[in-house]
Amino acid sequence: MLLFIALPILSVLLQSVHTPHEAVLITSESCGPFGCSENTTIDHDATRKLKSTEPMGRFVGLNIYFDRAHLAVDQVSDAWRTTDNFSTFFGEISDLPFYRAMGFTLTYTFTVTPLLIILGLMIALSVNSLHRHLKGLVIFFSLLPMIVTPLIGSLILFWMFDSRGILGSFLQWLAQDPDLSLKASTLHTWIMLIIYGVWHGAPFAFVVFYAGLQTLPQDQIESAQIDGASRWEQVRFVVIPHLMPLVTFVALIQLMDNFRVFEPIVGFNAEAHATSLSWIIFNDLGGETRQLSAAATTSVMTILGVAILLSPVLLRAWRDFKEKK
Amino acid sequence: MLKRPLLIAGAALFMSSFAADACDISARVSIVGNEFPAIQTVGAGAQKCVGGEVAANLTADHQKINVAGMSGNPAEYTSAIIANSSIVALMNEDVIRPIDELVAKHGQGLKKNQLITINGKIMAVAFMANAQHLIYREDVLKKAGVQAPETYEEMLAAAQKIRAAGIMENPVGGAYKSGWNLAQEFNNMFLGFGGEHFKAGSSQPNVNSDAGIKALEMMKSLSEYMNPDFLTHDSNATNAEFRAGNVALMNMWGSRAATLLDADGISQDVKDGFNSAGPMTVGGGSIAASTLWWDGWTVAKNISDAEAESTFIAMMNGINPAILNDPEIAKQAVWLLDGYKPTDAARGVFAAAQMNTIPYPMLPYMGLMHSALGAELSDFMQGKETAEKALSDVEAAYRASATEKGFM
Repeated sequence: MLLFIALPILSVLLQSVHTPHEAVLITSESCGPFGCSENTTIDHDATRKLKSTEPMGRFVGLNIYFDRAHLAVDQVSDAWRTTDNFSTFFGEISDLPFYRAMGFTLTYTFTVTPLLIILGLMIALSVNSLHRHLKGLVIFFSLLPMIVTPLIGSLILFWMFDSRGILGSFLQWLAQDPDLSLKASTLHTWIMLIIYGVWHGAPFAFVVFYAGLQTLPQDQIESAQIDGASRWEQVRFVVIPHLMPLVTFVALIQLMDNFRVFEPIVGFNAEAHATSLSWIIFNDLGGETRQLSAAATTSVMTILGVAILLSPVLLRAWRDFKEKK
Repeated sequence: MLKRPLLIAGAALFMSSFAADACDISARVSIVGNEFPAIQTVGAGAQKCVGGEVAANLTADHQKINVAGMSGNPAEYTSAIIANSSIVALMNEDVIRPIDELVAKHGQGLKKNQLITINGKIMAVAFMANAQHLIYREDVLKKAGVQAPETYEEMLAAAQKIRAAGIMENPVGGAYKSGWNLAQEFNNMFLGFGGEHFKAGSSQPNVNSDAGIKALEMMKSLSEYMNPDFLTHDSNATNAEFRAGNVALMNMWGSRAATLLDADGISQDVKDGFNSAGPMTVGGGSIAASTLWWDGWTVAKNISDAEAESTFIAMMNGINPAILNDPEIAKQAVWLLDGYKPTDAARGVFAAAQMNTIPYPMLPYMGLMHSALGAELSDFMQGKETAEKALSDVEAAYRASATEKGFM
């Protein structure tokens, strides 16, 4: 626990309140295939001296948390003062990287999680009523989306949804619109990502619910049948209450997972339309710029976000636990 | 069955031409770099060395891993193949070493213009030049009755004619993928309009200007003639569109254009119609709307001197002028090596150099500007906001990251 959870969190926290030293810049001549020119470069000797006296970098407190790439306090208060209605205010806000990412992440989390729970439950109920010879095969096929690596799965769907791909062309034919492009519209991209999320997450819910169904007491079902309950009523009043702790468990895991949505955004090349906190971290760390402090700050905010998101579910689990005692 | 002996004889000849330049090293060599054909050639040449293990990790994601892979001590990578943009990140983090002594000891045959000198020290050896320039389909243009465009305005007019004639629906191709590619296309257009990214002599951003707005508007006009998925197309995807015969005009990297047709399944029309020309100008300006690039290799700082020497020898073998004897390799790039004779495929890059195209800026904070452009311009391209708003967002995003990195 200490090594794998506490220490990394501590390291991220420390990084998020420090930034690199002020760059010591010098102008010097650089030469190459296209001639020589005066150029600005970093003075490494001076920088090394700075680094050795203060290896952590500059302490900046919560500055990075409040800058434009994160909570953007100045920009938000500016927008609040200069706009006169909520829709323009939200328009301004959704232009800021953090809020844009939160907008997609929350929409994704709160549509995908319930949908995959419902779908998973439906698959579990139907598989459970199959003949026992068929079950093994159907279970295997239902699990496939979970077995496929997320990045590969999303890449496959990405190319199928391409305007020259099989699904993309089919939709163009269906809509009678040769210019229809799912990847060019934000709404369509979001729907595509959400469908991917449900497709990928449902098998997990299915497996858990299917296991739960095996422990369903037959006598309760039989007494419900004797009482004249319809099939829907049996599900509603016997099966679902029996599976409720598992629903909580699946919701907990999937809320956490979906809040960290990342692979589909990369796989679908969707960064023009949808970003998430994890994608921002990836983007800050990669490339030529390597903004470690910005990435650390976003990481801390992701941890806080997961904690807030899980608190109702965790509270509920805690209450249940106490009642049982 | 004459083919087999011939093949064997050919292979033997090929091997012997390399055996003549035997390359002996004594320590580990590990290379990281981009994946386009010329770099594959250099990597393969370095791997011919014997006496030490030579590993090469050539990937489009090289910029995401090279700094991290060279920061440790000892560094994982002993050499990074970089361009004038990406050497800055390595310089900023101080992970590459000056190679003056190694050049003096093992660098015979290097030309002076191959040596990248920064602050009086040789930091890299360049082996090729690169630029984005026009690639077009001669047959399609002829059918539409237009000349190869020399300006972006002519490109628009040509695209309109091709569409009007019903030859192609989306005749313009462009690597406009949100992120690095989109930002690079903006840089081209912005410099073509005479823009400067920073206020003179400072790290203050200067893109929210007349040139910036005009550049964005031109990009928007071009995108009307592109595949509607253009914000997801990088240069590989754009090339695929050209190969498939869906695109007639595009601004493409010289390093990728030369081998564009070396793929299976390309129709004869595309093969016959393929042609290239220099970069275009824009807005009546005289500077090409493009940037000049060099690609070269470096030697890591945090490795032993023996590894550095082996790396230098192996990389020198990778750029041995003898590789130019193979016509396939000679056309892969505009090589800066001794004895290189420009091939047809090099026309575009040479034209770029002659048109006084501006080299991509080698400033410590240019990478941050490039990232900010890549992240903030896609809203404008989707028509969600005005050019002024997009550019002021770019400047705000740049200011936030430059402040964090200590440049402001």
